[in-house]
Amino acid sequence: MSATTATAVPRTEAAIGPWRLRWRRFRRHRAGMASLVVLLLLALFCLAAIPMQHVLGMDPDATDLLARFDPPSAEHWLGTDEAGRDELIRLMVGGQMSLLVGLLATAVGGIFGLVVGVFAGYFGGRVDALLMRFTDGMIALPLLPLLIVLGAVDLTKLGFSSEFARSGAAGFWRIVIIIAIVDWTAIARLVRAATLSIKERDFVRAARASGAGPLYVMPTHILPNVATPIIVAFTLTVGRVILFESVLSFLGFGIVPPTPSWGNMLNNAQELVTTAPALAVYPGLLIFVTVIAVNFLGDGLQHAFDPRSER
Amino acid sequence: MSAPLLEVRGLRVGFPRAGGLRHVVAGIDYALSPGRTLGVVGESGCGKSMTALALMGLVPPPGRAEGSIRFDGRELIGQSAAEWRALRGNRIAMVFQEPMTALNPVMPVGAQIAEVQVLHKHLGWKEAGENAVAMLEAVGINSPRERARAYPHQLSGGMRQRAMIAMALACEPALLVADEPTTALDVTIQAQILDLMLELQDRIGMAIQFISHNLAVVSEIAHEIIVMYAGRIVERAPADALFANPRHPYTQGLIATLPDPEQRVARLPVIPGGVPDLDAGARGCRFADRCALADAGCRAAEPPAEEIAPGHFAACFKAAA
Repeated sequence: MSATTATAVPRTEAAIGPWRLRWRRFRRHRAGMASLVVLLLLALFCLAAIPMQHVLGMDPDATDLLARFDPPSAEHWLGTDEAGRDELIRLMVGGQMSLLVGLLATAVGGIFGLVVGVFAGYFGGRVDALLMRFTDGMIALPLLPLLIVLGAVDLTKLGFSSEFARSGAAGFWRIVIIIAIVDWTAIARLVRAATLSIKERDFVRAARASGAGPLYVMPTHILPNVATPIIVAFTLTVGRVILFESVLSFLGFGIVPPTPSWGNMLNNAQELVTTAPALAVYPGLLIFVTVIAVNFLGDGLQHAFDPRSER
Repeated sequence: MSAPLLEVRGLRVGFPRAGGLRHVVAGIDYALSPGRTLGVVGESGCGKSMTALALMGLVPPPGRAEGSIRFDGRELIGQSAAEWRALRGNRIAMVFQEPMTALNPVMPVGAQIAEVQVLHKHLGWKEAGENAVAMLEAVGINSPRERARAYPHQLSGGMRQRAMIAMALACEPALLVADEPTTALDVTIQAQILDLMLELQDRIGMAIQFISHNLAVVSEIAHEIIVMYAGRIVERAPADALFANPRHPYTQGLIATLPDPEQRVARLPVIPGGVPDLDAGARGCRFADRCALADAGCRAAEPPAEEIAPGHFAACFKAAA
């Protein structure tokens, strides 16, 4: 018996923690690794705007009405937009906003949805009924009026100082929270469904028979086993959120122009698509690359979290 | 025999249904002393596993356990969730039927064994992990250090069941409930696992409640056997007495169905019929419909358990004859 199974255990796994193992499985996933590199490069590209603004004195908001729609040149590498602003620096600054909003709003909303879903699924009964009716209620709310109301909330009435309410940080957090509020429901329902099926498995009963309480079973035995659908949902959400932010900008309470974001740049360019198609192509391409990279990254993460994927 | 470790009196497990409760365990009594093994046999659906879950306080809602379970001088029925958790895995442990599904597929085996000590003995993961390696060695797994880091899918069925046993015994429980622990294993592994359980019983001195539908397996390990049918205990006797002198027609039927390798037969014997709907047997003997000896008296009243020989009980009007 032991002779045949001895070979089944990779010797190299000795003395390695679960996170090191996951990292190693992730590294073997080519598309995942490539995506990670792409995302890091994108982040670097966006962060490079900071030295360019401060050292080279480039201003993403500086207009030059004599140089509208300029083609690429030595001065403006990607040309200029409809107000004569440098397209490259705007893409870089806008990317900071878009990536941060995309990741943060997904994380905040996703974690909230995750907690709601796993509690509803694991406890069932009244807890489930209560949490899921709340979720259904959120889904039933009409999106646009809700966004307009949330966008119009006066922060000073909530006890924040008026300087903070007018600052860029407040606008940024406001949009992160608005997106999180409307975007957690899908993940909550997904996690609940996955939890329902996992909690009936024998190993959950075995863990309970070992004396584990719900607050131990949920993070240790339920969540790692529902990681796959959750990761897929998270990665899809990141892409959607980046686009969603542009809708909010369009309504006037996202990242408000002139502050650029990929979303609002794409939105602006829509009106000009016949005169200056490149202005739509650049942010569109960057959003596209980001979403694709995040999806492949999710693929790689799934691979990393599944010990059965070991070859 | 010493004082009983476990004393079950009038245990009933009911599930609500239209117009009342449906009892899948309908009032059973038995006792178990330290270091002894009790075999529980019966067909699927006779309430064996529900009895085990009641002992663990894990009857799935909306089911409820009623009656009395006294363990080590304490009443278990009606105790709080926190009291149950302190007991489970620590003083009473359970081995499940399917080693394939009873281990978490994304957690190394050693961590799952260590977990029990982390939960009950408040050890750190490192120390508990070392103990887990020692446990794996104690249940006869070669190169336990590497195996502790393996995931369940990298182990064979027998090794997984050994790991499950290591997990159940991590806190040296006083009572081990084994729910068909060998059913999913092939025969040679089955024998190894039974030997292992007996050996560990000697070492730790725990009592075992061994549940199986396989009378042959139970006969190898149990001191005393209870035979369950439709939520009731129909016969309870020391293992050798049960085989030498089965008194209940159902027990006789079960023993008759054991294949005899000496004799080739065209058809294996069967007990005709199936376990009845649990409320159909509300009046009269639950086995009457499948029993060759049944008469009007059997259908009119449920036979009480009577002691027909010292330590040998049977619930049958025809047993005394």
